[in-house]
Amino acid sequence: MNIFVLVKRTFDTEEKIVIANGKIQEDGAEFIINPYDEYAIEEAIQVRDAKGGKVTVVTIGGEDAEKQLRTALAMGADEAVLINTEDDLDELDQYSAAIILAEYLKDKEVDLILAGNVAIDGGTGQVGPRVADLLGINYVTTITDLEIDGTNVKIVRDIEGDSEVIETSLPLLVTAQQGLNEPRYPSLPGIMKAKKKPLAELELDDLDLDEDDVEVKIEIVDIFLPPQKAAGRVLEGELSQQVKELVNLLHSEAKVV
Amino acid sequence: MANKVLVLGEVRDGVLRNVSFEAVAAAKQIADGGEVVGVLLGDSVTQLANELITYGADRVVTVEHPHLKAYTSDGYSQAFLAVYEQEKPEGVVFGHTSLGKDLSPKLASKLKSGLISDVTEIEGSGEDAVFVRPIYSGKAFEKVKIKDGVIFVTIRPNNIKPLDKNASLTGDVASISVDVQNLRTIIKDVVRKATTGVDLSEAKVVVAGGRGVKSSEGFEPLKELANLLGGAVGASRGACDADYCDYSLQIGQTGKVVTPDLYIAAGISGAIQHLAGMSNSKVIVAINKDPEANIFKVADYGIVGDLFEVIPMLIEEFKALKVNS
Repeated sequence: MNIFVLVKRTFDTEEKIVIANGKIQEDGAEFIINPYDEYAIEEAIQVRDAKGGKVTVVTIGGEDAEKQLRTALAMGADEAVLINTEDDLDELDQYSAAIILAEYLKDKEVDLILAGNVAIDGGTGQVGPRVADLLGINYVTTITDLEIDGTNVKIVRDIEGDSEVIETSLPLLVTAQQGLNEPRYPSLPGIMKAKKKPLAELELDDLDLDEDDVEVKIEIVDIFLPPQKAAGRVLEGELSQQVKELVNLLHSEAKVV
Repeated sequence: MANKVLVLGEVRDGVLRNVSFEAVAAAKQIADGGEVVGVLLGDSVTQLANELITYGADRVVTVEHPHLKAYTSDGYSQAFLAVYEQEKPEGVVFGHTSLGKDLSPKLASKLKSGLISDVTEIEGSGEDAVFVRPIYSGKAFEKVKIKDGVIFVTIRPNNIKPLDKNASLTGDVASISVDVQNLRTIIKDVVRKATTGVDLSEAKVVVAGGRGVKSSEGFEPLKELANLLGGAVGASRGACDADYCDYSLQIGQTGKVVTPDLYIAAGISGAIQHLAGMSNSKVIVAINKDPEANIFKVADYGIVGDLFEVIPMLIEEFKALKVNS
């Protein structure tokens, strides 16, 4: 099986967001593999271990993203590809990211592509389905179970709390939802091996793309933090009195019940 | 300039979802005096067209086909594109629901267009409309616009106010026929897991439990309270990791992001990742034994106490309130 995983380097979930000069400050922030992409990597490794083949992790970004690719290799992926757009592009949106990834994948004879169902930074969930459409292959989003038998695929997907049982076939792109698996931590031998695994670096030129092909469709006008909430009221007195007061406040003051 | 805007009316269990009425309101703002056209796809949906009109759609186009009974991205994209080609709109609005999230990127790709996902607010109207959307799961927001091409957006449920229903409104309902074919996905079954039948992302009230709930049985009083208030049950990552509940209930930076009118956090400490998923709720109530818990910093009202004492009392008080009002 020829398996690809689309990954993104994102802010650690612990990080607070700081904005200066209209931009989110990255200095000193910790970065991780997007948590949903970790499920995708884990699933790819499990499929490869069961069916044979190769797992290639792919990301778009700058030199810094090498660290996340090495982590994926340490988890057990076989190869990594960094599509470095740092010198060519100032901005990237879901439209342009999908074109770049599809251009890379189009002649790879892909069996299975996995991605996170959403990145926790931009939060659009668009890139996976867009890539599948550009490649002309089917996709299933927010999956929580994946069974492959030959080219037949049985999937359970999360639809707003309910589960949908689906049958489809390879080639296929799926996006991972929480509950799909428990991503492994890289082992020490894994980390040592990862240093020697192939990590290729490509630029737009190598994909026969120029800047006009990937001009963004979306313009960011402003970035801002939500207003700080004023401190709330911790109620006092007998517990039963507090509960009475709370219901009263929710009904009369907040008017939400 | 006036725009024509298409709105996908989303049908679940035979009824239109509330987010579709919110989408009509969003479309009105983007249309800026132009026409808002509802689109209904399914095996039998024409009878719902009028309701979309009473919420502000000027007219409705339906596509009915046995292959549209259950949602598939192949079937729905073929049907929607047929309507799109006929109408040639300047804007498209979907709900940012399971269906909307799955379908909209495929259509945007086919239309070679931008797509603004998960909009919570629209400023201005028509061509000048700017869309506000959360990033980093609500830790920050961005204002964005489409540079050129169709204005394609999905809106987050519960954020944009629907227009008042006006039963006297009327409009044209037309159907077009599309040969929906080559579905690559077969839906074999849908397993209902939602605990109260109310969808978490659209719920007006969410009662969420954390590690303090201690067991899956511990969620029972939370379910009872949620049922009583017509809401849904959610959970923190801690509760999901401890196997007290299904991951589909998880609220937070990984998991669902919710913005109900009332969020009741029971036994949740309030890790930054959890706060990202719920801190934009309108009113937050925290119930926790630990007075130092982080959740109290975002709560409008807090009770320091054992949730197993407080929740049953709350249930009694809300029951009394219902009887008296």
